[in-house]
Amino acid sequence: MSFDVKAFRNEFAFFQQHPDWVYLDSAATMHKPLAVIAAELAFYQKDNSNVHRGAHQLSQQATTLFEQARDQIAKALNAKRREEIIWTSGATQALNMLASGLMGTVLKPGDRILLTALEHHANIVPWQFYCQQHGVFIDVVPLTAEHELDLQAYQQLLELKPKVVAVAEVSNVLGTIQPLEKIISLAKVAGAIAVIDGAQGVVLARPDVQTLGADFYVFSGHKLYGPTGIGVLYGRYELLDLLKPLCFGGEMIKSVSFSGTTLNQLPYRLEAGTPNIAGAIGLAAAMCWLNNFDSAALAAHKQQLFTKLYQGCLAIKGLELLSPQQNNAGILALNIKGEHPTDVAAILNEQKIAVRAGTHCAMPLFQALQLPGAVRLSLAAYNNSQDINRTLQALEQTVELLQ
Amino acid sequence: MTAHELILQSKAPYLAIATHELPAIAASSDWQNKYRILMNLGKQLPAFSSDLQRDELLIAGCDSKAWLLHQFDGITQTHYWAFDSEARVVKGLVALAICQLNGLPNNELAQLDFTSLLKPLGLYQNISPSRQNGLQAVLDKMASQIKAAN
Repeated sequence: MSFDVKAFRNEFAFFQQHPDWVYLDSAATMHKPLAVIAAELAFYQKDNSNVHRGAHQLSQQATTLFEQARDQIAKALNAKRREEIIWTSGATQALNMLASGLMGTVLKPGDRILLTALEHHANIVPWQFYCQQHGVFIDVVPLTAEHELDLQAYQQLLELKPKVVAVAEVSNVLGTIQPLEKIISLAKVAGAIAVIDGAQGVVLARPDVQTLGADFYVFSGHKLYGPTGIGVLYGRYELLDLLKPLCFGGEMIKSVSFSGTTLNQLPYRLEAGTPNIAGAIGLAAAMCWLNNFDSAALAAHKQQLFTKLYQGCLAIKGLELLSPQQNNAGILALNIKGEHPTDVAAILNEQKIAVRAGTHCAMPLFQALQLPGAVRLSLAAYNNSQDINRTLQALEQTVELLQ
Repeated sequence: MTAHELILQSKAPYLAIATHELPAIAASSDWQNKYRILMNLGKQLPAFSSDLQRDELLIAGCDSKAWLLHQFDGITQTHYWAFDSEARVVKGLVALAICQLNGLPNNELAQLDFTSLLKPLGLYQNISPSRQNGLQAVLDKMASQIKAAN
């Protein structure tokens, strides 16, 4: 199956609204196809009711749609059981639930966990917060001179017997795709639970969680063509069942009296309050819509654009490229020598090139790189060749203006 | 360099910006030219020495590091500022604001609408006061300094 860029781009109303913009900020949030917007709209117009609690048929209908969405995610990730899929507001909430929920059950005072130098703050700060409270130690896998995870150091740190290894599938700054299979299998041998932050990775391909062997895999809907405010926490049932809830109230409770409360079963036990019903349905619609396209052709198109962008940037004098060209998910972090990234982004903005500048919620990574930040250009399959041409021209103009 | 010396040394360059670059940016029709001038404004201004890049002078809510020095002359009732940043856009934008405010009396500054300072320059189409460039945070800080002197 070949890939029709124009037809694919036409799925997104956003580009018709902003024909003069080049959107290279998909790592921050992606645009939503009409199919996703239509699914959310249809839910509110036709099916809106609260789930799991109404005595009426309308609520049962909404519940069916909501639970069907869960089934769809479970199927897409090849989860063993539907109860292994927990709706969250996004990857950040999922990681917070893990960091708090594993304390006291899996993680005891004096235990260790292992993070890496290129994690997003969402995969650092919750661990820091709860580890400090519970006397758990954090070790950090350093980077090599090539900005890659130091796998040798990783193996040495595994000898300290961490109980948890939490790592991003793709670096949100550099775009580097991590060798997940290797990381997970080594973690398993060392007896650690593997937590995978799939926020930037899930768009490449939905993981087969069973083959991958991930104990937990989290992602956000809005980085997978879906709505904001919805995400997924996948967990292996036995481990998920150990997780203490972070939030209480609503359908997560079986019975309450002032002498005590009994919690509901999975998945509801971890879904306090009214969930983002329309968001869940929208995310399921995004996954369903993605199935209309040949994923290999989609990836090849994005890769082709990335190569063009990377090669073009290499040819512009004065640019410093931080991202690797190989094993890259379509993210290019760069700087103009001697210039602050916010200045570069401001001049790109003037030319209607949407990028992100700063430390990208990964300050420890920039401390390791000894840089104040970077400009991040991130691609999605809806970008086209003209986008790259315009970006390269704009970058040349920016270099020229900053001289 | 002391804070006082820096404020003193900055007075003439801010005055020069008000006379030359400010009208030049407003008169310029293409954005490239506006930016060329904007980006180079910082070069005319004395940089903060490392001992003046103090944390208490840092402007919070700005994506690049930025420091603001302020002096209120109690006798003449006038305000003076000096500003530095890692980023050239914000340093230029703030210079365009300070050059219009430096040395003005307190009662006049207290009535001034800060949002209108940079509007005539035609930079505002895309450069808006934002967290990214920090302009808004600097203007807020200056407004609070004026208020405190009242």
